[in-house]
Amino acid sequence: MLVNNFLLLGAVLFCIGVYGVIARKNAVLVLMSVELILNSVNLNLLAFSVMHGNVDGNTFALYIIAVAAAEVGVGLAMVLLVYRNRKSISLDELSEMKG
Amino acid sequence: MLAADVQVAQNIGFGLIAAFMIAGALKVVTSKNVVHAALSLVLVMSGAAAQYLLLSAEFVAVTQVLVYVGAVMVLFLFGVMLTRAKLGREGDLNNAGYKIGIPIALLMLGVMSWVLIDGWEDTKLPQGTSSIPIKPVSDSIFTDYLLPFEALSFVLLAAVIGAIVLARKD
Repeated sequence: MLVNNFLLLGAVLFCIGVYGVIARKNAVLVLMSVELILNSVNLNLLAFSVMHGNVDGNTFALYIIAVAAAEVGVGLAMVLLVYRNRKSISLDELSEMKG
Repeated sequence: MLAADVQVAQNIGFGLIAAFMIAGALKVVTSKNVVHAALSLVLVMSGAAAQYLLLSAEFVAVTQVLVYVGAVMVLFLFGVMLTRAKLGREGDLNNAGYKIGIPIALLMLGVMSWVLIDGWEDTKLPQGTSSIPIKPVSDSIFTDYLLPFEALSFVLLAAVIGAIVLARKD
């Protein structure tokens, strides 16, 4: 197996996730795209961990999984709050902070 | 560059799983149905767990299945339910100028693949590595990376409390 197999797969997933963050209006779908990005980072960390024969990559992949879980929890709570106040989770309607 | 050495079975497995993952990821960002997007995300997460197994990181694969496929997906489906997404196709999930994302993503992909192919032309992963034992991983968590671990515990605590404070109705 080439290390580039995994790195390129990670790059493809990352770019798809970036496209999702740019293109999506629904807040839940934006959070899903962020999860895609985090997964691609994990793939890279584990590939390098195997390549260098070092377990630090595994450790950080575990940390990233935990941080992603926390991020989804808080993110969805915020989405719920926005929905409760405005009856909509379209991100382009949240423009109060526009200068 | 596929099947570059004798590990044919691994390469075929990698290719199949990678194809499923990319198809699922594309479905996540293009689907007109929020629930279908969430279910495609399950496909991507499970595929990622399988890739971690190919990378001989068994503990991370199991954690991925437990946390992502188990917990995070349930959270997402609850989020879809509580924000009363329509069951079925929904017209306005994309921004007005969403097409600008396509050239940006393709440009990023081009630059990243160029750098990766240029940098690790055909570096092979070490062959015949058995699975990474869990003992060095736990040793590394509780010795070298103890401070990030404690910070992470604090982040999780803050996230739990923050989510409750944000989402409760009073």
